[in-house]
Amino acid sequence: MARVAQVRKTAMMGDEAVAYAVKQADVDVVAAYPITPQTIIVERLSEYVADGELNASFIQAESEHSAISICVGASLAGARVFTSTASQGLALMHEILHAASSMRAPMVMAIANRALNSPLNIHCDHSDVMNARDTGWIHLFATDVQEAYDLTLMAFRLGEDRRILLPVSVNLDGFILSHSVEPLEVLPDHEVPEFLPPKDYPYAIDPSRPATYGAMALPDTYMEFRLQLHEALQKVPSVWGEVSRSFEEVSGRRYSMVKSFAVDGSDAVVVALGSTYGTLKHVARRLRDEGLRVGVASLTMYRPFPEDVLARMLGDVKAVVVMDRAYSYGGLGGPLYTDILSTLYRNGVEIPVLNVVYGLGGRDFTVRDAEEVLRMAAEGAERGGFPEKVVWWGVRR
Amino acid sequence: MTVVSLETYAENTWCPGCGDFGILAAAKAAIQELVREGTPLENIVILSGIGCHGKIVDYINVNSFYSLHGRVLPAATGIKMANPELTVIGFAGDGDAYGEGVEHFVFSAKRNTDIVLVVHNNMVYGLTTGQYTPTSPKGYQGKSTPKGSPEEPMNPIALALASGATFVARGYAANKKHLIWLIKEAVKHRGFALVDVLQPCVTFYNTFPYFSKHVYDLQEEGHDTSDFMAAMEKAREWNHRLEGRVPIGIFYKVEKPTFEEELLKGRRPRQMPYIDTVSHVLKQHI
Repeated sequence: MARVAQVRKTAMMGDEAVAYAVKQADVDVVAAYPITPQTIIVERLSEYVADGELNASFIQAESEHSAISICVGASLAGARVFTSTASQGLALMHEILHAASSMRAPMVMAIANRALNSPLNIHCDHSDVMNARDTGWIHLFATDVQEAYDLTLMAFRLGEDRRILLPVSVNLDGFILSHSVEPLEVLPDHEVPEFLPPKDYPYAIDPSRPATYGAMALPDTYMEFRLQLHEALQKVPSVWGEVSRSFEEVSGRRYSMVKSFAVDGSDAVVVALGSTYGTLKHVARRLRDEGLRVGVASLTMYRPFPEDVLARMLGDVKAVVVMDRAYSYGGLGGPLYTDILSTLYRNGVEIPVLNVVYGLGGRDFTVRDAEEVLRMAAEGAERGGFPEKVVWWGVRR
Repeated sequence: MTVVSLETYAENTWCPGCGDFGILAAAKAAIQELVREGTPLENIVILSGIGCHGKIVDYINVNSFYSLHGRVLPAATGIKMANPELTVIGFAGDGDAYGEGVEHFVFSAKRNTDIVLVVHNNMVYGLTTGQYTPTSPKGYQGKSTPKGSPEEPMNPIALALASGATFVARGYAANKKHLIWLIKEAVKHRGFALVDVLQPCVTFYNTFPYFSKHVYDLQEEGHDTSDFMAAMEKAREWNHRLEGRVPIGIFYKVEKPTFEEELLKGRRPRQMPYIDTVSHVLKQHI
């Protein structure tokens, strides 16, 4: 039977909550480079180290490229590893993101999601992580500060699992979550090791068993390595189930790969990533009281993509609106939209799907906007279609 | 002769008293003097990186390019190589030029591209609110190092010299007249010119009191700028610890062929309808 630990109620910013989880995860190595809006995460960690609350090597690298390279080395040496970044920092890490996943170096990275240049902008959108979508990382999205804390702890357990051995990103919307203070329940320190035992990396660098990491693979073997990466990601959903159950036992909070509100029996569903889910849910609750049959869904796990869950969830609705805080320029729409279109098509679900591209560079998505989008979704279900495929929300032309 | 106005409408958002104001004032005055002496204003391009200093391009009304963090020098190199007639002045921070972009710093010096790099060296990451940078002294208590930075600082003057830079200087943000002179000398120099500027950050690392007491002028005291070993010795006299005297002025200056001379041999990679036709182009499109 589930035994929920004595929790401690507090309040923290998203960045602080992540740092607190990382401290409780008892990481060995933290390497990062300052960048807004994640800076507070590593500042807190440096304070924990300085105060003796966390016994870790804290390295302020000379660039993000170096920071993540340090993390790969440390992870392969057997250490529990954390880094965090945003925007240009993640873009600069890009080549090492591929190396980290394909060398099977588990680590956790918090991304305080922020727009990419140019023009220069420090506010929230998901262009940074979407740029890293196909790097072989597991990508998790928090919709509030509590989730940022919880997912950080769960990410270590998931990525370090022997069946997985992959790096994991925990995404929290820049400023909207990174700098917002929200109520938070934290686990007591002594409960954490029960959920998250020390890292036990099976292939740690060991001088008595010399090995080569990242060696050259020619055309006769390279594809097999890449297939292994794909297969490891395919195992994630079942391992997530175990991790999630185990986390529920200590925290009382349950995390499925896709979270939803009032989807059952709804005519239309609006799907979004990150903090926008909260705004949509808040409004949907009121609209349902008025009799509008709309639901809301959000992907806690974006990669690997929870195709089966979404196909089931959206199989019986009449219309879907997919909200993207990023865009595939020159493509069909936002990345989440094209993923959901493909999911529906190959699962034989023929319903109208509208893509709403919104909030780029931190443009506000307010309660009023959420209401318009939800009403639009309901209208699409009623009419059996949308007048457009892709809408750039609230943009001047 | 009238002085060209370089004012912009951008509101200045630096902290009151920031060393960046001194660099801005000196840079504007230097550009105004260069224009008065015959450099067409249209031929001047300034660049900045990311950090507090980066906003300088918003505050000077000339052609400007806001680059990514650390990437002032490669963008400046591209501009200069496409059109060697331009006067290219890059502004960067110490984290920018000596951290994230240090490989570009070494290679620009090695190539001797005819560009100027003015580094706002405040020895702290100001925009991300106070972490140690490549030039912070060991023991600096910043937000990422509450118990003090564990690293010795880099010596950018020595690094520039070792990398082959042909003009290496240090200025002080509070010494405007001297800094105007340095920036002008750097622009007039053919080849890569570094002007490292001591730029106190009043919010996170206020070094004004120290520098105002301890800087001295190399040229006033006498220094042979053609002597590499003497330059290296002066470079090593002070390295970012708030101890001892701090030399400012020109450490080293020699003539060598520039990158664009070696590579282009007088060719112009692109004939552009620029300079006298800029207003024509603007009229066509605006």
